[in-house]
Amino acid sequence: MRKIVLLGINHKTAPVELRECIAFSKEETAAALEALKRHPDISEVLLFSTCNRVEVLLVTQNTSGAVEATTNFISKSNQIPMEQFEKALYIHEGDEAVRHVFRVASSLDSMLVGEPQILGQVKESYRLATVKKTSGVILNRLLHKSFFVAKRVRSETGIGDRAVSISYAAIELGKKIFGSLTRKKILLIGAGEMAELAVENLIRNKAGDIWVANRTFERAVELANGFKGKPVRFEEITACLQQVDIIISSTGAPDLVVTRDHMKGVMRLRKNQPIFFIDIAVPRDIDPEINRMPNAYVYDIDDLKGVIDENIEDRNREAIKGERIVDEAVIRFREWYEGLDVVPTIVALRNKMESIAGAEIKKTLQTNQIPEQGAHAIQKMTNSVINKILHDPTVFLKRDGIHEDKSLYIDTLRKLFKLDD
Amino acid sequence: MKSLMIITILFYMLSTAGYFAYLFIQKSFLQRGGYLLLLGGFLCHTMTIGCGFLQSGHLPVNNLHDTLSLAGWAVPGVFLGVQYRFNLKILGVYAAPFVALVMVLVFQIPKASAPANDILKSFWLISHVTVIFLGEAAFALAAGVGVLYLLQERTIKTKKHRFFFKRLPSLELLDSTGYGCIVIGFSLLTLGLITGFVYAKSVWGRFWSWDPKEVWSGITWLFYAALLHERLTVGWRGRKSAIMAIIGFGVLLFTFLGVNLLLEGHHVEFTKF
Repeated sequence: MRKIVLLGINHKTAPVELRECIAFSKEETAAALEALKRHPDISEVLLFSTCNRVEVLLVTQNTSGAVEATTNFISKSNQIPMEQFEKALYIHEGDEAVRHVFRVASSLDSMLVGEPQILGQVKESYRLATVKKTSGVILNRLLHKSFFVAKRVRSETGIGDRAVSISYAAIELGKKIFGSLTRKKILLIGAGEMAELAVENLIRNKAGDIWVANRTFERAVELANGFKGKPVRFEEITACLQQVDIIISSTGAPDLVVTRDHMKGVMRLRKNQPIFFIDIAVPRDIDPEINRMPNAYVYDIDDLKGVIDENIEDRNREAIKGERIVDEAVIRFREWYEGLDVVPTIVALRNKMESIAGAEIKKTLQTNQIPEQGAHAIQKMTNSVINKILHDPTVFLKRDGIHEDKSLYIDTLRKLFKLDD
Repeated sequence: MKSLMIITILFYMLSTAGYFAYLFIQKSFLQRGGYLLLLGGFLCHTMTIGCGFLQSGHLPVNNLHDTLSLAGWAVPGVFLGVQYRFNLKILGVYAAPFVALVMVLVFQIPKASAPANDILKSFWLISHVTVIFLGEAAFALAAGVGVLYLLQERTIKTKKHRFFFKRLPSLELLDSTGYGCIVIGFSLLTLGLITGFVYAKSVWGRFWSWDPKEVWSGITWLFYAALLHERLTVGWRGRKSAIMAIIGFGVLLFTFLGVNLLLEGHHVEFTKF
């Protein structure tokens, strides 16, 4: 019987230095699939490589042979001695391998639980395996099931619901304050990667006009061009505060840029329209006291981190539900997989025929007046018809050395006769 | 009629349960269920009042039992409209238990028999009472929205996003819904007072007679007028507006019940028990 085997390293077992040594590019993956498929012990193979994990999924008759061949291949193609990654390597077989694939696809095994990219990456590597024709009946089914499980986990748990990055947390908060961010006016004070990322996210959420203020006006002009915004001088910030809704501040200033006293007058002029400060700077730019004024909200970098931590906790709680969905899917998959064995398939086929025959005999006997002896003869005849029909397929499936994949025939048979429902 | 009322209460209670389950579990079918149950309760409630109308031949407001029932009826009525306009789904978690509680109270109060009263057949009086009650229901909802606003605002200000943050909608939606409710309530209250004046003029020959109910209605009207005025001129919104909506509802409750139970006046007969 073939076995599903998974071996690999991931962010939990290997440091980034090791992972980057072993990672496969798309071209390397394609070549690796072809090379591994040529090995006599390996009948199906899929290789999955991202920055956080490298995993090889195999279907094999001979586990130890296939594992050895694969590790040798990894060692050779990356020119890294086996001892260096042997310790980080995990090998799962059967149910455990299936569970691992499901968990990876549903983002339960990710560094950041619930991150959405992983499913796309799994799909991509599966596509490559189908193009290279290295996946067969078992991996096809396994991967399709894993997409299904991932979808279920995403829709039935809150694993991907909450923001877990600074800029998304800021967006989430903005939406809770303003409802929609559409046409909300933005003021960016200072510059910085995180601040600019937040502005880009706001733009993606259809935010309105953007103003950019900087100590050096040239820098403001430059940044404003990037966002199609308007540059303003540093001295104009207070005037600007009257019109904008969201302020993202990230300057290197040692003192506060906006104080409570500034805001008192501003809030009156704004007629108390809500205003939201996102203060990414350290030391802080925005007076935290402003948060105590009505309709003004201030979140500094620590507050946002606190929000994220809470959200991550939330996700981890939701992940427990996800594990349950995975467990269920593993059991379902095992049922299908065990069915791929020859004997249970033939038994299932026989049962199906007998139940059809039984029902038809009953119908015939009820509607026609047939003496008991005749009924007995009909029964006997039906049984031998079933035996004769089943003879050739049974011999075919039990014969050793079918050239191609036996599970392919079994799967087809099960599908043709609908034995899986 | 009694069984119809029990069915009504049952509907309202199930709706309450549905909305609370929605608050905790956040599955939208629970909200839809709560909404439909509330609608069912509202229809039964309408039939209950309709039966009262047919039996007595006038608007059933001549004892506390009937008056309270009619006032309670206005709450889901206005809520269904507000829900349609603002789509503030979670407000059901306030409206449903509110009317359920009112109806349980109504059920406890015996129905004092009062002589059939011809004045209750007057068009002006019927519109006066109905319009005022609808307006008061809108104010009740404004107070509920105000509570939700304060909860959500506190969550955001204190930066502890435990329970309410994801369950309650945005401050903007809460604020605009609360404002909408107050505008509706104020318009209806104004209309209700005008019909009352017209009626008073036709019966007693004068618009205003310094009856305690009239005085307190005037105070309520002025309170909400001030609230709206401040919002439009200096931008009284958010927290302040929410707190005022809650206080305003307190004043309103006194006008509605307190005046009748504690003070004398020509509105007392409506709340006899």
